[in-house]
Amino acid sequence: MNAPAQQPVLVTLGNPNTGKSTLFNALTGLKQKVGNFPGVTVEHLLGWTEIQGQQVTVVDLPGTYSLSAQSPDEIVAVDVLLGHRAEVGQPSMALVVLDATNLRRNLFLASQVLELGLPTVIALTMSDMLTESGVSLDVPALEALLECPVVPVAVTKGQGVDQLKRALAGALDDLRPHPLVLNRPLRQASATLAATLSAGLEGRALHPVEVERALTDKGGYAEQRLLGRCGLAAADALASTRQAVGQGRDLATLEARERYLWINRIVAQVEKRSPRQRTWRDGVDVLLNHPLYGALFFLLAMAVVFQSVFAWATPMMDAIDGATAGLGEAIRDRVGEGLWASFLIDGVIAGVGSVVIFLPQILILFAFIIVLEDSGYMSRAAFLVDRLMRWCGLSGQSFIPMLSSFACAVPGIMGARVIGNPRDRLATILAAPFMTCSARLPVYTLLISAFVPQKTWLGGLLNLQGLVLLAFYLLGLFGAVFTAFLIKRVLYRGPVTRFLLEMPPYRWPNLRSVLIKLLARAGIFLRRAGTLIFLVALLVWGLASFPQRQDASPTAQLEQSYLGQMSHQVAPVFAPLGWDWKVTAAVIASFPAREVVIAVLGTLYAVEADDENAEASLVGRLRASTHADGSPVFTLPMALGLMVFYALCLQCISTLAVIRRETASWRWPILAWSYMTGLGYLGALLCFRAGTALMA
Amino acid sequence: MSIRTLAGLAPGEAGVISGFTQMDGFTQRLMQLGLLEGTEVKVLRRAPTGDPLEVEVMGYALSLRREEAELVLLETQG
Repeated sequence: MNAPAQQPVLVTLGNPNTGKSTLFNALTGLKQKVGNFPGVTVEHLLGWTEIQGQQVTVVDLPGTYSLSAQSPDEIVAVDVLLGHRAEVGQPSMALVVLDATNLRRNLFLASQVLELGLPTVIALTMSDMLTESGVSLDVPALEALLECPVVPVAVTKGQGVDQLKRALAGALDDLRPHPLVLNRPLRQASATLAATLSAGLEGRALHPVEVERALTDKGGYAEQRLLGRCGLAAADALASTRQAVGQGRDLATLEARERYLWINRIVAQVEKRSPRQRTWRDGVDVLLNHPLYGALFFLLAMAVVFQSVFAWATPMMDAIDGATAGLGEAIRDRVGEGLWASFLIDGVIAGVGSVVIFLPQILILFAFIIVLEDSGYMSRAAFLVDRLMRWCGLSGQSFIPMLSSFACAVPGIMGARVIGNPRDRLATILAAPFMTCSARLPVYTLLISAFVPQKTWLGGLLNLQGLVLLAFYLLGLFGAVFTAFLIKRVLYRGPVTRFLLEMPPYRWPNLRSVLIKLLARAGIFLRRAGTLIFLVALLVWGLASFPQRQDASPTAQLEQSYLGQMSHQVAPVFAPLGWDWKVTAAVIASFPAREVVIAVLGTLYAVEADDENAEASLVGRLRASTHADGSPVFTLPMALGLMVFYALCLQCISTLAVIRRETASWRWPILAWSYMTGLGYLGALLCFRAGTALMA
Repeated sequence: MSIRTLAGLAPGEAGVISGFTQMDGFTQRLMQLGLLEGTEVKVLRRAPTGDPLEVEVMGYALSLRREEAELVLLETQG
């Protein structure tokens, strides 16, 4: 899907909360896809639009306040603008999106982009809110001072988009660069140093702008990358150039001062501020900042999010289950029994079903996340719970991902992309799978009802089975908090990562833009994670179905299949937990999804599929099953241990696929799986051994 | 006039930035966001738990934690 090289490339960038994505969606509509650069965890959007009959590729970079980079994620903007990303090619022009009501801060990034020499067009979003903000802007004067077209837009009202396209068309025809230079000595020193350092380099030469960032952002990622390419000897060259240009003064401070001097001069000429008008926003502000009502609103909003992901998704998930089963039946009627039918029904259709089943929760959660973000409430929510979440080793922005992980870790981990801080994001991603998800519930309820005695105290107020279930919820929560702390203290030490969050004014989300973003999210899940989930489901089907034996009962077939053989072989590893090969087989077979364990146990213990009391008869057979020496397999300590294993292990290919997708590496899913399986094993061992000793 | 940090301001209080206790990527980001020497910042409110705090600078609102606010030195009246 890469754009042909001759097609012009427009790069859009701007501060977060400027309505940039809404403008991008207005420009490209549904003609867009999500892109990922290798080694980078943030994503950009690629879209296509027509400007004066010409197809233009639009690259939407993540919102940023400046071109300074502390991480590989943040250097992407510089690389794309300089044409160093082969996937994008050389950009033809830049579209800088500025929030008209917050011109001063927004112009900082604009000044950096104008220095790159690309033809640039500026879109002033929120221009319909100028009057109520008490701001009046002289747009022609701004155009003259910035020496580039400036177009006021109000995307939610559909104003200005056509004018913006006309301005872009003008810039497309007029490719004369207009570089702004704020610090000429620095610019010249960077060019000289770039030439010197590039002399001995293999591959592409250093761009003066890269060197300028390395000089200015001391300790930042541009410097690290430059030293990585040129060797540590370049450090001396950087230090002496810094000294020569800054004369002992810090270049970062100088840059900020110079840019704001330039900005203040411009703003003084184009902006007039009068007292703001009072609007509904002030009422909302007072309400949401009220110590009591603000907290109540937060609880209510979170309760709605939780309830919807947990409960509202269920009818849709049941419908998907029903459709999968119905489709299976329809195929069985046509194809009959046999390997081919089993492949279609238990392999392909069940595999597709195991992917699609996640869509309701993902769509519902993301509808809320997108609305909360676009309305500006997300920052307020993070502000309110930051202290509490920090106590758990996470941050305020982790709250919604962790909350929705009670329903399912897959949407929760995808939701972690709202977290700006990379360490907090990783901690959230790795802690989320510990939360007691709805797939663990059927396992818990089956084992609890089968093996935990019915005991009540205080006239039925306290119930032992209920308490055990609660204990497992707490165990999951404890595992999550423990993991977050481990990541913070051990895995991800590095420099302290800081918390800085803009609190944007409240705004009505744009429905069209919300829907486009929602579709994009669903598409990413289906394509990037869905494929892997489907393939693993198919693989497990294959392991359970081959080698085929004619006329074997389902139980006998499973026992002599590769899966059964594997289980016999690895069973000794799990023997210390009190498991026999059947339990081992059920655990392996439930790798695609935890809840499958019940169906597999049903097959292994030869429960007839059409048995009306399938669960009750499964419980009976579990109780009756014995080891070779005649002792029962399912004792209370063993059953509790099995539950501890399921509480702690990462027996869920979907979660692994999503971790892989969100961290853009195999390192974290592999680490998470090994860590959680190890914890699960130890937990189950401890539970079984201690419990058996106590009961003896 | 007395020197304090941003973390020491009560809600409603304002001060003029006089510098930072250290220079690193984070304080650079603060400067890029407009928290420059000579700029006025005002604490709007604190979260119900006392931390983080919400400040106003150049007409927009920003939230930062106590330990981050301690990096910002201020001059205040009185």
